Amino acid sequence: MNLFNLTKIALKAMGRNKMRTFLTMLGIIIGVTSVITMLAIGQGSKESIQEQISSMGANMIMVHPGSDERGGVMMDPSSMQTLKLEDVEAIQKYASHVSAVSPMVSTSGQAIAGSGNWPTTIQGVSEDFPDIRKMEVAEGVMFTDYHIKRAAKVCLLGQTVVDELFPYKETAVGETIRFRKVPFKVIGVLAEKGQNTFGQDQDDIILAPYTTIQKRIMAVTHIQSVYASATSEMESEQAEEEITRALRISHELAENEENDFTVRSQQELISTFSSTSQMLTILLGAIASISLLVGGIGIMNIMFVSVTERTREIGLRMAVGGRSRDILSQFLIEAVIVSVGGGLIGVFLGLVLSYGLGNILGWPVTVTEQSIVLSFMVCAVVGIFFGWYPARKASGLDPIDALRYE
Amino acid sequence: MPHDIIKISNLRRDFNVGAETVHALRNVSFGVKENEFLTIMGTSGSGKSTLLNILGALDKPTEGDYYLDGINVSNLSKDELAVIRNRKIGFVFQSFNLLPRTSALENVELPLMYNSGISSRRRREQAIEALRIVGLADRMKHAPNQLSGGQQQRVAIARALVNDPVMVLADEATGNLDSKTTEDIMSLFRKLNREGKTIVFVTHEHDIAGYSKRTIVLRDGEIIDDYENTGRPAQGS
Repeated sequence: MNLFNLTKIALKAMGRNKMRTFLTMLGIIIGVTSVITMLAIGQGSKESIQEQISSMGANMIMVHPGSDERGGVMMDPSSMQTLKLEDVEAIQKYASHVSAVSPMVSTSGQAIAGSGNWPTTIQGVSEDFPDIRKMEVAEGVMFTDYHIKRAAKVCLLGQTVVDELFPYKETAVGETIRFRKVPFKVIGVLAEKGQNTFGQDQDDIILAPYTTIQKRIMAVTHIQSVYASATSEMESEQAEEEITRALRISHELAENEENDFTVRSQQELISTFSSTSQMLTILLGAIASISLLVGGIGIMNIMFVSVTERTREIGLRMAVGGRSRDILSQFLIEAVIVSVGGGLIGVFLGLVLSYGLGNILGWPVTVTEQSIVLSFMVCAVVGIFFGWYPARKASGLDPIDALRYE
Repeated sequence: MPHDIIKISNLRRDFNVGAETVHALRNVSFGVKENEFLTIMGTSGSGKSTLLNILGALDKPTEGDYYLDGINVSNLSKDELAVIRNRKIGFVFQSFNLLPRTSALENVELPLMYNSGISSRRRREQAIEALRIVGLADRMKHAPNQLSGGQQQRVAIARALVNDPVMVLADEATGNLDSKTTEDIMSLFRKLNREGKTIVFVTHEHDIAGYSKRTIVLRDGEIIDDYENTGRPAQGS
C-alpha cells in the first residue's frame, strides 16, 4: 500500500463527511490564525518601538557624569562637574569608531520674542549635534565652527518654539529672540520630529553653540554630557569601549578606580525595550497557542468518534487485505490532512487579518516568515500527535470483531 | 486432475473463556479441490463461524495445518495473513459491508487499493470487468443506498472477484435477502462456479446447500457428515 493510495483513501473518507471535516479544521484554522496575528502584532509593536528609538539616532552614545561623594554625601550625577571639554577632545583623539562627537550644556528658561514668550530648554552643542541626533535643518542653516569659536549669539529653533513665539510669521529665520536677557539671532529652524517614545516633545528646544551657553548664559567651564555617534550600529559597542578608555585616560583614573562617568548607547536602550515587547509577543503567542492546542484536542475527539463509527469499515478493510499499518497510516493521514489543511487556511486568514488590522486600524504589524513556518510545523505535529492515539486504536482492532460490530 | 485449493488436517481451535477452555473445533480434516462448490452447514454454536474465520485467514488454528493454494497459513504473521486475504481470498458477507456514500465502482476497487503492484488504470479495468460479470456494469456510479439489497450483494460479490482469488468465501451471503433475490444470488454463484471459481459457502440454511456440489455438516466442532449433492437443487422450496 503506497502513500499515494492511502492519501486517496483518506481524502475519500473525509469527503464523505465534509461538514464534520470542516468543523474539525475550524479549530486549527482559528488557532493558526490567532497565532500568526498575535505574533504579527507583537513583532510589529516591537519594531515600531525600535524604529522610534532609532529615530533619535540609532548609533548615538551618551556620556553622563557619574555619581560621586563629597564629604560622605552622595551627589546627584547631574550636578557633577567632572566632564570637561578636554574629554571631548580625548574622545576625538582615541576613539576611532566614533564618527561625530558633541558636548552638551543645557539649561531651561523663558524664551522671549516681541510680545510672545515660551518656557523651553536651550541646548549648547557643537555643529555635529544634528547628525548625531538625526535632526534636520528645515529652514536656514546650522551654525558652524566659526560661530562656536566666537561664542556667537545665534540659535536654531525647534518647531514648537517657532509656533509659540512666531505664530503669524512666515519664517522665524532672521528674527531675534531673547533667552535670559541674551539676544540670539535665529539662523535656522529644525525639521519637526514629533514626540518620542516617552512622550517628550522633541521639537520644544533651542540649539545654540555650546561656547555661547557656557560663557554667556551659564558661566561655567564644564559640560553636562557628551553625545557621540558610532560609525555604525554594529560598531556601537566598540565605540562605547573606546569612549570609556578615552575618558579613563583623560580623567587619570587608576586601574582600581571606578568610572566617574556613565556611557550608555542607544543600542542598550533598544535591547531593553525590545525585551519588554519580546515578553509581550511571547505572552500573546502563548495565549494563541492554547487555541491551537484546543484545536488539536478537537481533532483527537473527532478521530475517536470516527474510529468507533467506522469500526465495520475498518474490519472490512482488514478483511480485504489492509494491514494494521495501512489502517494506522490512513487515520494518521486523515488527521494530518485536517491539521495541515487547517494550517494552510489559517496562515492565509492570519495574513489577511494581520494586514487588515494594519491597514484599517493602523496598528504596526509585521508578519515574520518564522511565525508562518513555526505555526505550520506545529500544525503537522499536532496532527500526528493527536491523530496517533485514535489511529492506533483503529489499527489494533481485531478484524473478526470489527466486521461483526454493531 | 484439479489440485487442492484447501487442505486442512487435524485442525483444532480452542478459546480460553476464563478458566475454562472451549474447543470450538476438534480434529477437523478435509480438502477442497479447484472448481468445487462447497457448503459448510451447521447450526449456531457448531463452530462454523470459527472455521470460516480460519478459512478466511482472519484467525489461526490452535493446532493442525491449513494449506491454502499450497501455502501453510497456520504459521503466518498478521501482516502476511493480510496479504493472503488480499491476493487469494474473496469475501462476501451477510450484511454486504459496502462503504457508504461510495460508488459501486470504488467499492469494488477497494481490495486492489491494498495491492501496490496494481496501477490505478488496471484497478479500474478489473473493477469494471468484475461489475460486468455480476451484471451491474450500468450501475457503476451508484452509491449503495441507491441500490437494492440484491444489487448491493452483487457489488459485494464483484468486490470478492476483483482480485481474481483462488477461493470465494461467502458467509451467510443470502441471510439478508428475500427468497427471490436469494435465488438470483445463488444462481450467480453457480454461474461463477461453472466458469471455474472455487466457492465455499457457510450457512445454516438447508435450502442453500442444494445449490452446491458438496456439503460438509458441522456439529459441536466436529465434521459429522461430508457428502456430494446429487441431482438438481431444490427450487423455491
